[in-house]
Amino acid sequence: MSGPRIQTIFYSAAALISLVGLAEATYLTVVFLSGETAVCGGSPDCFQVLGSGYAKIGGIPVSGLGALAYFTAFAFATFAGFGYARARKFFAWTVIAMFCMTLWLLFVQAFRLHAFCRYCLFSAALVFLLTGLVVARPVTETAKN
Amino acid sequence: MRRFLPFIIVIVVALLAVGGGAYFYLAKRSANAPPKFAKAEGEVAGESVHVLGPANAAVTLEEFGDFQCPPCGKLSEPINELQKKYNLRVIFRQFPLPMHANAKEAAFASEAAARQGHFWQMHDLLYREQAVWSKSTDARALFNAYAGMLQLDLGRFRKDMDSAEVQRQVETDQQRGAVIGVKTTPTIFLNNEVVPPKQINPDELPGMVEAAMKKAKPSS
Repeated sequence: MSGPRIQTIFYSAAALISLVGLAEATYLTVVFLSGETAVCGGSPDCFQVLGSGYAKIGGIPVSGLGALAYFTAFAFATFAGFGYARARKFFAWTVIAMFCMTLWLLFVQAFRLHAFCRYCLFSAALVFLLTGLVVARPVTETAKN
Repeated sequence: MRRFLPFIIVIVVALLAVGGGAYFYLAKRSANAPPKFAKAEGEVAGESVHVLGPANAAVTLEEFGDFQCPPCGKLSEPINELQKKYNLRVIFRQFPLPMHANAKEAAFASEAAARQGHFWQMHDLLYREQAVWSKSTDARALFNAYAGMLQLDLGRFRKDMDSAEVQRQVETDQQRGAVIGVKTTPTIFLNNEVVPPKQINPDELPGMVEAAMKKAKPSS
């Protein structure tokens, strides 16, 4: 398989993962804005996390920031897939920032709230997948040279 | 064309995310439209309600609650504190949501306790222990244990939990809620005015109660 083709597949996968994350984060933002804390799949843990003070930063829902981050990752992945060299670097930095934020949120759930929200865990899994792609990326790009 | 394709894709996704989010938000808002209080419509002859506080209180707080709903549990203690602080009249109505597996059984347990004059004790206990019995596959065993803790007549408690009267009482409350447009829990009314869902939390509810007190007693 040729180098550019591998890159297209690689960034398409990244864009698709980002799209899934964007859909989930948008859903959570809408739930937050509509004040619908009551519907949380019946899980007290989920409510404990999404209803906590950590679910907001300066009044802005973390899920809203997540939606913005996923959209940014999607946009950079799309441009990178179309061969924009600078977009690759921006994509990698965006994912690294998301990874750091995810680690913080997992720490908060495990050690401060002592409860895990399944939506947050799903999002963490998506970010770990994106991070895995970013880590694998230099190998892919070196391979073509 | 290929040069513009990434721009088109990104713009389309942005529009879909914003448009889809806005559509979903509006759909949720209309689905959760605040209920209109219509006492005459909702009143059922002969119903017994759970009331705490004086009948001539300046403010009546009426809650439609589900014992398995986490936000209801989070509000239970703050409402008790508000009741004592402002001498409120608090009314509790059963509204167990179908998505909560043990909510209906919990409602029956509270009604069975009410038949022995211990509704509010069971109410507080169920909310305090919510995280435990919510996850239990045999919640009834726990409810029996709670009845024991409250020193209720266990034989009578078990019989009442299965009785048609207790089930009818829960259904009556649910029907009343449905008639006035209650869809989620907790739904709270202060002097017959619905509290907006976003303000039903331990931080904002005291302010709403204070405002209702001032409205009820403008001179003080």
